[in-house]
Amino acid sequence: MSVPDTGSFGDFVARAHRSGKLVVQPRMGVSDPAAMRAGLLATRKAAATAVGTITLDSYTRMGDNANARAALAAGIELNGYPIVAHDPAVTRSVLDGVAGPDFPVQIRHGSPCPEPIVAALIQAGLHATEGGPVSYCLPYSRMPLEDSIPNWARSCDLLAELRSTGAEPHVESFGGCMMGQLCPPGLLVALSVLECLFFRQHGIRSVSLSYAQQTNSDQDTEALLALRRLATHWLPDVDWHIVVYTYMGVYPRTPAGAAGLLEEAARLAVRAGAARLIVKTVAEGYRIPTFAENIAALETAALAAEGCLTIAGDAVDTGIHAEASALIEAVLDLGPDLGAALATAFRRGYLDVPYCLHPDNAGRARSYLDSTGRLQWLSIGSLPIRGVVGPTDSAKLTAAGLLASLSYVERTFDNASLEQEFHAVSDHSSGSTDDRDPDPGNRSPAARQSA
Amino acid sequence: MNHAAGKEVSADGLSVVLTSVSSDSHTWNLVVLQLVLEELGHQVHNLGACVPDELMVSECLRLRPDLVVVSSVNGHGFHDGLRLIRQVRSHAELAGTPMVIGGKLGIAGPGCDRSRAQLTAAGYGAVFEDGTGLTAFQSYVGRLAIGQAS
Repeated sequence: MSVPDTGSFGDFVARAHRSGKLVVQPRMGVSDPAAMRAGLLATRKAAATAVGTITLDSYTRMGDNANARAALAAGIELNGYPIVAHDPAVTRSVLDGVAGPDFPVQIRHGSPCPEPIVAALIQAGLHATEGGPVSYCLPYSRMPLEDSIPNWARSCDLLAELRSTGAEPHVESFGGCMMGQLCPPGLLVALSVLECLFFRQHGIRSVSLSYAQQTNSDQDTEALLALRRLATHWLPDVDWHIVVYTYMGVYPRTPAGAAGLLEEAARLAVRAGAARLIVKTVAEGYRIPTFAENIAALETAALAAEGCLTIAGDAVDTGIHAEASALIEAVLDLGPDLGAALATAFRRGYLDVPYCLHPDNAGRARSYLDSTGRLQWLSIGSLPIRGVVGPTDSAKLTAAGLLASLSYVERTFDNASLEQEFHAVSDHSSGSTDDRDPDPGNRSPAARQSA
Repeated sequence: MNHAAGKEVSADGLSVVLTSVSSDSHTWNLVVLQLVLEELGHQVHNLGACVPDELMVSECLRLRPDLVVVSSVNGHGFHDGLRLIRQVRSHAELAGTPMVIGGKLGIAGPGCDRSRAQLTAAGYGAVFEDGTGLTAFQSYVGRLAIGQAS
């Protein structure tokens, strides 16, 4: 089977990074092939340095291809593109003349058992995807790690075989996102590095390390610099870059609040030297965004990134690097096979994701937001970081407290935007227009901070 | 229909099975709802993410809960929720078990009256769509605990 040249994902991002451009990327997936193609074309045409995404639907992610096929047959719209249910020829026609060296396309899915998905994307001529044996198992499924890990190993092996055809397959770890919110940065950084080490152990030579924007931009900057240092140390012999995910928790509902948070993510990515950003849209708080909303988000992020510089030197060190190092080394000490080491680490609670309900997660570690909006450990369970983190709080967790933490970012950015509107109205009524910002979206808390 | 009729609610509160639907991987909704229900004094069996229909039914047959709470936010909740309750109701032992559903149930935002009506016609005692707030849910559970919910 001939493999169409759909472009090297890692190479495209590296070239853009060298030329000072932040690569922006949507999450985008619809079940109809013609519409999917239209979405990719719209992404390609956006006024931004963008890569394309085909996000898969929930049935395909779960390996429930029967339900995906039934939905296609019945004309029911799915929440993503069912790449396994569609014929490979259909997916090739979606990509034909769209994907290429100047517009690589990545498959985003969320599956703990991605073997059929990887086989399907290879058949369609693609070779970039994301996830990981831990990051797509623990938060998103009930599949045992003992099953997810070998399935991910085989999937990486399948992708790695493509190197003999001249392609350079790329896998992005989703480890920097665990649960989307309330996972302290040290653990996010460690999991991103550990999963990329796992991909490398299975023949992948081009990877990306993720980190999801959290609740405090100084803490996020420190985390990203720690991630960079650790990637330099642990992945010296592979192509790697850092990808930032725009906030993955409860999203602001005001258009200005949503845009402000996205712009903050773009500036964070550039400041900390990340090469790529996954965007969110103004519709995120309500529903799956439209193509137009996605394109607007790509362009908003690209514009915010343009006016920003990478910072040289270090952020204040509150111990994120030390914490992540301790976690990585504790797992690597468990044995040479990283898959087995990861399973053991979770069994012993050396890795323990706060609020994760998966049966393989110890569930003894807990986190909270402190009064400055920084993520802290409430309890560390058996995480081997006792000597690194200070004394932990033992306050009782309540539903109201948890809800407040979960909505902290939403409230911060929505309140800022509503306050802005209020001031605009009162300024207008008092006849003073001197102070008014023509674009209220520019006055997010972050914009004020960096002004 | 008085769902709790004939069943004494113990001092430990209601026994509640809390579950997502088979295709839904989100769990924050479940983590929060567990705390909400526990703070109201109820016992929660949280089945977690991506619960297969068969597992959900077998857990209900095993636990015989006073209430089943289905929470879903991935946009497949309407379709999956309809399929799920038909399977639950096909077991005589679970024919009268109160079941409610809530979250983001369709991919296009809060649904139309028709989807809500279909869910209640299929047997859900209440439908709490995104934006309803927790109060309506808490109040439903409170009424159920004293045997008044319908």
